[in-house]
Amino acid sequence: MFTAFRTAKPSQFLKGATGDWEIIIGLEVHAQVASNAKLFSGASTTFGNAPNHNVSLVDAAMPGMLPVINAECVAQAVRTGLGLEAEINLKSVFDRKNYFYPDLPQGYQISQYKNPIVGEGVIRLDMPDGEVVEVGVERLHLEQDAGKSIHDQSPTHTYVDLNRSGVALMEIVSKPDMRSADEAKAYVSKLRTILRYLGTCDGDMEKGNMRADVNVSVRRPGGELGTRCEIKNVNSIRFVGQAIDYEAHRQIGILEDGGSIDQETRLFDPGRGETRSMRSKEEAHDYRYFPDPDLLPLEFTRAYVDELKAHLPELPDAKKARFIADYGVTPYDAMVLTLERASADFFEAVAKGRDAKLAANWVINELFGRLNKEGHGIDASPVSADQLGGIVDLIVDGTISGKIAKDLFEIVWAEGGDPRVLVETRGLKQVTDTGAIEAAVDAVIAANPDKVEQIKVKPTMAGWFVGQVMKQTGGKANPQAVNEILKAKLGLD
Amino acid sequence: MSVDRSTVVRVAHLARIRVADEEVDKLQGELNSILGFVEQLAELDVSDVEPLTSIVPIAMKKRTDVVTDGGIPQKVTMNAPLAEDDFFVVPKVVE
Repeated sequence: MFTAFRTAKPSQFLKGATGDWEIIIGLEVHAQVASNAKLFSGASTTFGNAPNHNVSLVDAAMPGMLPVINAECVAQAVRTGLGLEAEINLKSVFDRKNYFYPDLPQGYQISQYKNPIVGEGVIRLDMPDGEVVEVGVERLHLEQDAGKSIHDQSPTHTYVDLNRSGVALMEIVSKPDMRSADEAKAYVSKLRTILRYLGTCDGDMEKGNMRADVNVSVRRPGGELGTRCEIKNVNSIRFVGQAIDYEAHRQIGILEDGGSIDQETRLFDPGRGETRSMRSKEEAHDYRYFPDPDLLPLEFTRAYVDELKAHLPELPDAKKARFIADYGVTPYDAMVLTLERASADFFEAVAKGRDAKLAANWVINELFGRLNKEGHGIDASPVSADQLGGIVDLIVDGTISGKIAKDLFEIVWAEGGDPRVLVETRGLKQVTDTGAIEAAVDAVIAANPDKVEQIKVKPTMAGWFVGQVMKQTGGKANPQAVNEILKAKLGLD
Repeated sequence: MSVDRSTVVRVAHLARIRVADEEVDKLQGELNSILGFVEQLAELDVSDVEPLTSIVPIAMKKRTDVVTDGGIPQKVTMNAPLAEDDFFVVPKVVE
């Protein structure tokens, strides 16, 4: 059994009628291995094919069929273990986990029980308040996915599609180190980021390629651990948070009414935002694990592991640290920029040889903001790194103001084109010619004698004059020059 | 090690094998005699012996990550008692 050392911060406690409670959370994440073929057969892993199309006789568990392991799935598991800074076990064993269900034709799942391929590791969570929470990884093991049961096609029958049957999964088990729904959400998000960097899982939760079983219990702060419940198959980060909030309050309600928690498996219902019991106790699982006699132990050398390690990409924590050190961006900006490898690459292309802080500002606030609004990923960005870099160059060399730059960004977003050429052809160039600005200022002063009187007693009126001059010049006047000329003409300090 | 009546009934249920009440005593006797036979092995001290996974020292065979199989839904469902549109069709199971 585990001991939960860390006690939550008081701000994370849940208030009950009889005092404070602390939530203890552990997560088991199932991540589909990115591979062409299945874990033990040559059938395809492609999503969305016609029913039973991606099925070999091995996946359908026909008599006499034998499993042969996919070497790439092994490599992907090792890469993931290295990315989690975990110990890699040079020898691991496949076991049979026995249970009966129509979408499991073998009658058992090939999994790893006592000797997993990857042991203890760590994931660091960047919390919004700047705190870094370390969550232990207990283990990672390889196993087969099951098929899909469809219950709504007929009132009397269940339809079974085995396309997923035998696809490789990595089950990544955390230690019970999380103390709030926010930490659990940050954990799933960070794990997803790491897997996507490594290219070992696409992290697509909508397709079910990554899903979480959430273990929740409550205790008095720092006190005896409570009985936990496991919420199965939660398939979005938002639902992970909702399921934990609901489940913790449910357990606290029972305990404060003098009841006790039954250890059980529960399901999260996103429509109602609640969890409900899934299996009754007499159906409690007895998996009768034993080593699979069809498979030899999985063995490889340290040199094999080192070779995979040598080819790992730079991972999010390292990249974040480098961005802070090399580009001088804030830790928060560095975190946002490194959430996706493609975003980080994009930023580096914009920042290269330019003012990195300004580049970060434009990538995060303008580009990411706009992409989020449109629901696009960075890969579908209509503005390239070269184009955004071009806009940044125009701001830095004083050709356009920050305000015009936003208009220019919109033009590039909608129509494309070279920003420097657009500035010329659309006449967006900043007016720094003092003669032209003076003329505009004179015109505004001449047209508004009443306002000129007002400003003498109310100097905050200056902003109104600046606005009028900018309007006159189509926003192209250099704001600093406008200010100075206005002050001189109006006799302000 | 020996099994009692209720263990026999539970194992039969887990294996989805129907066992009539009057068969349980006979099966209990058979299982216990098998377990008794296997138990003789416990007389040997094997604490220094690695579990045997293969009688010849070979490494596990691996396949490359290439799609070589599939696209045979009719073959896959051919022996199913019931199939429709290439799905297996089974009596309704609801959690």
